[in-house]
Amino acid sequence: MSLMGELIQKAIALGVPLTAHVDLTYRCNERCEHCYLDHDDKGEMSFEEISGVLAQLADAGVLFLILSGGEPMLRRDFFDIVARARALLFNVKVKTNAVLVRTAEAQRLRALGVEQMQVSVYSHRPEIHDAVTKLPGSLRRTIEGIRALRAAGLKVAVANVMMRSNLADRQAVAAMARELGATYSADPTVTPMMDGDRSVLDLRIDGSELHNLFQDKDLVGDPEAFCAPPPPVGDDERNAAPCSAGHSSCYISPYGDVFPCVQFPLPSGNVRAQNFLDIWRHSPQLLEVRSIRTGDLPVCSSCAHLGTCTRCPGLAWTEGNMRGPSSADCEKSFYRTGVPSANMLARGLTSFPSGIAETGLAAFPPAGHRGIGLIQIAPLRQTAA
Amino acid sequence: MNPTYIARSTAVAARRLGDEMVVMSAVDSTLFTLSDVAAVLWQAADGRTPLDQIVRERVCPAYSVDAETALRDAEDFVRALAERGILLVASQPIASPAASQGGAAAASAAGEPR
Repeated sequence: MSLMGELIQKAIALGVPLTAHVDLTYRCNERCEHCYLDHDDKGEMSFEEISGVLAQLADAGVLFLILSGGEPMLRRDFFDIVARARALLFNVKVKTNAVLVRTAEAQRLRALGVEQMQVSVYSHRPEIHDAVTKLPGSLRRTIEGIRALRAAGLKVAVANVMMRSNLADRQAVAAMARELGATYSADPTVTPMMDGDRSVLDLRIDGSELHNLFQDKDLVGDPEAFCAPPPPVGDDERNAAPCSAGHSSCYISPYGDVFPCVQFPLPSGNVRAQNFLDIWRHSPQLLEVRSIRTGDLPVCSSCAHLGTCTRCPGLAWTEGNMRGPSSADCEKSFYRTGVPSANMLARGLTSFPSGIAETGLAAFPPAGHRGIGLIQIAPLRQTAA
Repeated sequence: MNPTYIARSTAVAARRLGDEMVVMSAVDSTLFTLSDVAAVLWQAADGRTPLDQIVRERVCPAYSVDAETALRDAEDFVRALAERGILLVASQPIASPAASQGGAAAASAAGEPR
């Protein structure tokens, strides 16, 4: 096990939130067509409030801090917040569109010791990227921002959300990232709007495309190994926590709401009303999340994919049951291996001829047809900078 | 012999996790875990206290080791961390960037009692 893996296991054993994702604002200078946020300011935490939260997170043991939004650099006190975070010795990563980054900003971030800047890029073509962001000129400005960050010596990770409109540009975006000296990750996650509106899910790529993605060695390494049938499930897998959400990581909104994860919008407390550590240790919601082991899951515990599935309990929760299947991940497991999941079998999808995508698709229609519609893949591969 | 002064680099992240101090370099993302003794040196690296005084006052009483051996080990450790860029080493007192950045909060974040 890697040192990082050991740290995460230790953090879980000690009940320490090793990672916190804090959104500083939901405001944004882009209006990305797939974004799940309401960009109106409903009363963001002040600098003093955020400073207090950061101190509480440090005391609770958080080491890895992700600052995001919205566009976090829209906050006038953004650099003060980063400086405060670095003074508290957090490892800081910032998620941004880099539109507001120029040489001075990049150098300031570098001087503050920010670990990495993750920048969203949707296409190498302005007509595609700008159509996603709805901000004319945004690709040019984003690329200029990335160049400034790289020139200042910062690590940059290009994050490419893949949708119908930009899927064809994925390899060109990866090549552009390489040219810029950035790492690249691809992610077809499109989640429902915070208000529950699921129409945005129409932007997701077809399930059949997942199979093609899983055959791309630039993304998955060894496709044969990646797509191999799932190995037998043992006690270790059954006794494992479903994921780190609520176990060693958490999410805090600009309004102080605490959730297990940005993708697991289960309200668990608010740092404006309670001490963070009280929420982390005693929130009934987090305690419930923490009580679940994969072997307890009513459908998934009998699934052949139990040990290898990327099941997201947050997406399962948005489907109505945090202990239930995350259908998007059922799709991933199926399109990756050709082996139907227990969830699929429970729905009566019992027969899958040999072969994967085409034959499987006939028996397992696209997600939207079932009213499921979430396709989510964690970054398939991330190269260390 | 000139005294050696040590200070924590600003280009690190650090947190105590149970009985270990975890330190991560922002320069190359290298992750370290420090032993108890190493953590004592890390916490005491304020840029003002000479290394031999840290060893004499903080390490020797806690770990029942003679000063000469402890200092030799401490110098090796300090050199290794300096090569990684996570400790600053000088023969003169260092205006500690860590201390000036965060004061008591930074000290607490690094694992020191407030």
